[in-house]
Amino acid sequence: MFDASLPGPPETSVFVALPDPLRSTPAALPAAAPRTAPSRAPLRDEAALAGVLRHPGVWRRGAAAAASVDAQPTGLAELDALLPGGGWPRGAVSEILLEHDGLGECRLLLPALAALTQARQRVALIAPPYVPYAPALAEAGVDLAQLVHIDAQAADTHWTAEQCLRAGCCGAVLNWLPEVDYRRLRRLQLAAESGGALCFVFRPAAAAREASPAALRLRVAAADGGGTRIELLKCRGRLGVATPRVRLRA
Amino acid sequence: MSWACLRFPRLPLQALAAADASEAPFAVVDGPPQRRRIVLANAAAGAAGVRADQPLAAAQALCPALAALPRDTAAERQALDSLAGWAYRFSAEVAVAPPDALFVEIAGSLSLFGGWPALQRRLRGELDAFGLAYSLGVAPTAAAAHVLARHADGAAIGAGQLVRALGQVPLAASGLDAAIVAMLRGMGLRTLHDLFALPRAELARRIGAPALLHLDRMRGLAGEALPRWRPPPRFERRLEFDFGIGTHEALAFPLRRLVREFALFLVARDGGAQRFTLVLGHEREASTSVDVGLLAPQRDADALFELARMRLERVGLVAPVHALALRADDLPPLCPLHRDLFDAQRRERLDWPALAERLRARLGDAALRGLRCVADHRPARAWRFAALAEADAAAAAKPGASPPRAAPPPAPTRPFWLLPRPRVLPAAPARILAGPERIETGWWDERDQQRDYYVVETRAGQRAWAFVRAGETSGWTLHGWFA
Repeated sequence: MFDASLPGPPETSVFVALPDPLRSTPAALPAAAPRTAPSRAPLRDEAALAGVLRHPGVWRRGAAAAASVDAQPTGLAELDALLPGGGWPRGAVSEILLEHDGLGECRLLLPALAALTQARQRVALIAPPYVPYAPALAEAGVDLAQLVHIDAQAADTHWTAEQCLRAGCCGAVLNWLPEVDYRRLRRLQLAAESGGALCFVFRPAAAAREASPAALRLRVAAADGGGTRIELLKCRGRLGVATPRVRLRA
Repeated sequence: MSWACLRFPRLPLQALAAADASEAPFAVVDGPPQRRRIVLANAAAGAAGVRADQPLAAAQALCPALAALPRDTAAERQALDSLAGWAYRFSAEVAVAPPDALFVEIAGSLSLFGGWPALQRRLRGELDAFGLAYSLGVAPTAAAAHVLARHADGAAIGAGQLVRALGQVPLAASGLDAAIVAMLRGMGLRTLHDLFALPRAELARRIGAPALLHLDRMRGLAGEALPRWRPPPRFERRLEFDFGIGTHEALAFPLRRLVREFALFLVARDGGAQRFTLVLGHEREASTSVDVGLLAPQRDADALFELARMRLERVGLVAPVHALALRADDLPPLCPLHRDLFDAQRRERLDWPALAERLRARLGDAALRGLRCVADHRPARAWRFAALAEADAAAAAKPGASPPRAAPPPAPTRPFWLLPRPRVLPAAPARILAGPERIETGWWDERDQQRDYYVVETRAGQRAWAFVRAGETSGWTLHGWFA
């Protein structure tokens, strides 16, 4: 499962027990504690200096995860541990790059969507490529009454996404945008910042080479020997470790 | 009771579009064609000596350039009605008294608007904005208020001073017939005080019962019955333009005016609009109508304007627009949205109904839909789209944060994506991860299916939901992705 072709530090992969479609028991436990888990020794100095250190201008080598990131837990403890703030960043674009459909990329979001909809926040699906299957969503705990499926012509998808994000009354906006470039993503990022919603953009894996203003970029690929491998390509607010990977067992 | 009378003395002139503003001498005339009489003349004609009640021939002799139009009582009545709609915001009891007056009962509204001085300031401010000439008076009876509005603009008297204040009014302003006034003046009477001093029986014989009743009503000795004005159940306004409007941008201005008027109407009616129609009138082509439908009743002028404009922009203008009309027949009561008082998640600038309307206006009415589960074993029928209104109702009906969770049966695995149309799996699956799950049902509606569903992994590592015909092992058909 270690992908030798990628430069990176020694293995930081973690097995994650997914809320599995196949209902396999969460047998796999973390093989090793993730090196990047926020290690917080309750030092006396820290307590005294807490006010100073919380200042955004102060950066300390040890604090990899910036606590100020407002985030929605992903529902997967191992992924949360890797993400600053412990989840999907709120008010920011999260890009999910995938090679094919059917790699578990949407299942990644389901716990967060379930939590959001149960807190009575709207979730907008803008021009999804297939039919989001209601029984699967309901099974994952998503409150369907809060889910809105929006049909939009290709020319209108960006406008729609921006409106939904800017309005600030949607908890999450999921986009399958037909054409994406840096400028458009930047607009979405700004809209998400002003509205404070989670914004997910699904793009083909080939886009990984392009620069992106997204706060979080994940590449989802099939792992050798089954399962899903998630690579953290970019993550705002996270320092030090390059390209950690999480493997989701199917 | 305390009645405010709003009198619009120049209404015959001002009801005729643009007649009042014209610089040229102009008059409104009335009467049979052979004996036209001046009803009202504008300032230019007045300067030339044209007076009310003059024969038209005499007026034209004084002012040869005088243009005359016959009086349009229907337009006056319509203007009064729309003024009544405006006044209805200040009181629940409004009465229209053609040809030129409006009565508003203000005793019940004074504490709400902060007393008569504040209410008067507000009335005057808004009336000034209309650009109509007006005068107003307040008295315990409507007839007395009318007299005061005619004689002393701005006078407000209470019940105690009523008779004394009326006594100072000259007979010409008393609202009695001109013939009676002339007769009384011939008898040497000058003010209402002189008239009130006369013995009642004598007076009745001289001026007749109707005039005496008028005097009694003025003093509150006889009851008054005013027809209470009711807001109309529907709204229709039409603006006509002197020239054709060919662009959407230019059309936005009259549209804004119409919508603002519409919103005022809705506020006065304490209702909302759920459906209204814009009609674009062209010179030759058939008029275009644009329906604007909303999910929930609204009455905010800005929101309605924005929606109407977006709908309008989706419609091409086949020809220059010469008239714009707004029509609304269905005006349901407005239920304001309830919000939690302590809602931590309130960062929003636009609430959900407003966003939904904006999206629908651009993407189409059916673009926003909810999803629902349907109790059916056939995968393609186990879900459906739901109209958004239904989805919102369901969301609103839900108490608290927890969705109703039926005791979950051991649900079989279902994929995130369902293909709208199953398609052939290009290559045989690499591995079978789970299955088969036989779904064999639907014999009752002739759409029966017998399928074995499997969770399979393709050679690319994708997890797919595929089926074969029951009992077979080839002919894989893809029906969903475990995305």
